[in-house]
Amino acid sequence: MTEQPRSLFEKVWDAHVVATRPDGQALLAIDRHFLHEGSFHAFGMIDHANRSVRRPELTFAVADHYVPSHSRAKPIADPEIANMVTMLEANAGRHGLRHFGLHDPAQGIVHVLAPEQGLTLPGLTIVCGDSHTSTHGAFGALAFGIGATEVSHVLATQTLWQRRPKTTRITVDGALGAHVTAKDLILAVIGAIGADGAAGHVIEYAGSAIRALSMEGRLTVCNMSIEAGARAGMIAPDDTTFAWIEGRHYAPKGEMFDRAVAHWRTLPSDPGAVFDREVTLDAAAIAPSVTWGTSPETAVPVTAAVPDPGAEADPVRAGQMRKMLDYMGLTPGMALEDVAIDRVFIGSCTNARLEDLRAAAAVLRGRRAVVPGLVVPGSVPVRQQAEAEGLDRVFIDAGLEWGQPGCSMCVGINGDLVPAGERCASTTNRNFPGRQGPNARTHLMSPAMAAAAAATGKLTDVRKLGAS
Amino acid sequence: MDPFVTLTAPAVPLDIANIDTDQLLPARFLKKPRSAGYGNFLFHDERKPGFPLDVPAYTGAAVLVTDRNFGCGSSREGAVYALVDAGFRCVVAPSFGDIFAANAAKNGLLTVTLPEDAVAALRRQLQETPGATVTVDLPAQTLTAPDGGALSFAIDPFKKECLIEGLDDVALTLRHQDAIDAFDRADVTARPWLVPDAR
Repeated sequence: MTEQPRSLFEKVWDAHVVATRPDGQALLAIDRHFLHEGSFHAFGMIDHANRSVRRPELTFAVADHYVPSHSRAKPIADPEIANMVTMLEANAGRHGLRHFGLHDPAQGIVHVLAPEQGLTLPGLTIVCGDSHTSTHGAFGALAFGIGATEVSHVLATQTLWQRRPKTTRITVDGALGAHVTAKDLILAVIGAIGADGAAGHVIEYAGSAIRALSMEGRLTVCNMSIEAGARAGMIAPDDTTFAWIEGRHYAPKGEMFDRAVAHWRTLPSDPGAVFDREVTLDAAAIAPSVTWGTSPETAVPVTAAVPDPGAEADPVRAGQMRKMLDYMGLTPGMALEDVAIDRVFIGSCTNARLEDLRAAAAVLRGRRAVVPGLVVPGSVPVRQQAEAEGLDRVFIDAGLEWGQPGCSMCVGINGDLVPAGERCASTTNRNFPGRQGPNARTHLMSPAMAAAAAATGKLTDVRKLGAS
Repeated sequence: MDPFVTLTAPAVPLDIANIDTDQLLPARFLKKPRSAGYGNFLFHDERKPGFPLDVPAYTGAAVLVTDRNFGCGSSREGAVYALVDAGFRCVVAPSFGDIFAANAAKNGLLTVTLPEDAVAALRRQLQETPGATVTVDLPAQTLTAPDGGALSFAIDPFKKECLIEGLDDVALTLRHQDAIDAFDRADVTARPWLVPDAR
């Protein structure tokens, strides 16, 4: 009997099923559990039940959401914010967990830090109390965000009950045009299938345009899977993946690395693997993209105009479009390239890696930003390498601020907020109402596009501006 | 958690798609302990005049009837705490964010998924008759609209069992302790690179 062809997802899932209930629920073994400051509810739950952490050696705590973007020489001024950072340290210490704190030389956004440190590996199951855990699927891991009760369950048992999700394969063939990036690719995917287009599904990204992406680009794509409704997105591991992992601090070394690679090479989807849904996109047709509304599904080419609710037949939909346009302060029919912005933010778990900073700096080199802006690298190592390449000087000379690693203005809970009514060109992942601050207006785009917007003060097609 | 079996309660309609967890619970409240009571934070920044939750006819609603992709976005369980602490026991929508729906079940909040047309019709009834009640029968998997029409809904059997019995699933998982231990033992030889050497 020949074996049924299996997808990457099916191989990783099958290898982690510890027990199955008659109703189809599976108890999955978890290989990596990442925690950030928001984990205090979950620690409270296990403490309340007098439970301990089952596998501290697979559990890693990272301070990222509440850490300051400005100087770290002084204590955090806001006592409630400082408390979030110290609570994580205390909980990690009490349970014997490796803690990447405020002053750790590896500190950074958990979804930047873990791949960088070699903690993220192909074939693993990875969870974190953060929806952008989908990022780690770029390595061929099954990685997804969970809530506080599930975090407490993983802490106590190193397992999680899950129903097997459905699968969508998104194939992107062809070559991306000049200045068109992984961010534009994933925005185009979300624009095509909708913010709930892959709800209940795990996405596998495939095709020549995906294969051609660097690990940074793949991380950006998988990061925003959740913005298409998919709890996880995955990309088959290949030589690009293995080259990235080799030599990293926590990665297997020597003969153990070779054994791991031999196993990882068996993970890609078999020819003939069946998916519940197939979507195809032409890479050459993808333009530099921006969002106009308050959902990532409102991504359109920057060359487009603001859509007209009057052209929408469904009255409920038309009403929802009007509400978004009202929040965003936009008029139907106006060219997006005429929309003036108030500030830029370059950072986040989506776009704060070295490749992102290089792309933004290439646009800003020799130019001045005409609006204020903040550039926050994803980790201390990214920050150091960027400084070694002089990228910090490019940003500072352009008039932007150069920050310390963390989530910063993507979620605003460390105090970095877009003021009410202001419009921000942002390399982040969510343009939800209030996401970057009450009544803040967010347009999502790539680092190169955000840099172009900084240089002109409006939404700009980076292809027209060019980069050095 | 409180078990969920049946519920007859006023329902409030909300004609908004893609309500994300940042709207349900703005991020600045995430650092609050649960003991602070999350009910006052629910939709904190959306509370403008005319917002359905603040219309007197809908006070006391325990069911929220809304549009597609409810609870998308961040995994913050606080979004569920905010609904539960504000008195909600059930949300009805054409689709939900996966993480939100999982979090809801862990906190005794029932998510009912119904076809888009059926949910839109239900919202219209509630707009035409503010304060009308709906009845949810979880064992029978039915929702009865104000006009008396009964709608059947599907639900994962495990989720249904946990909601009806108010189960703590860690206790349930620990019944599989032997299987977990056996998996871990086998893994030591199958994937010796799993546990990092470095600290």
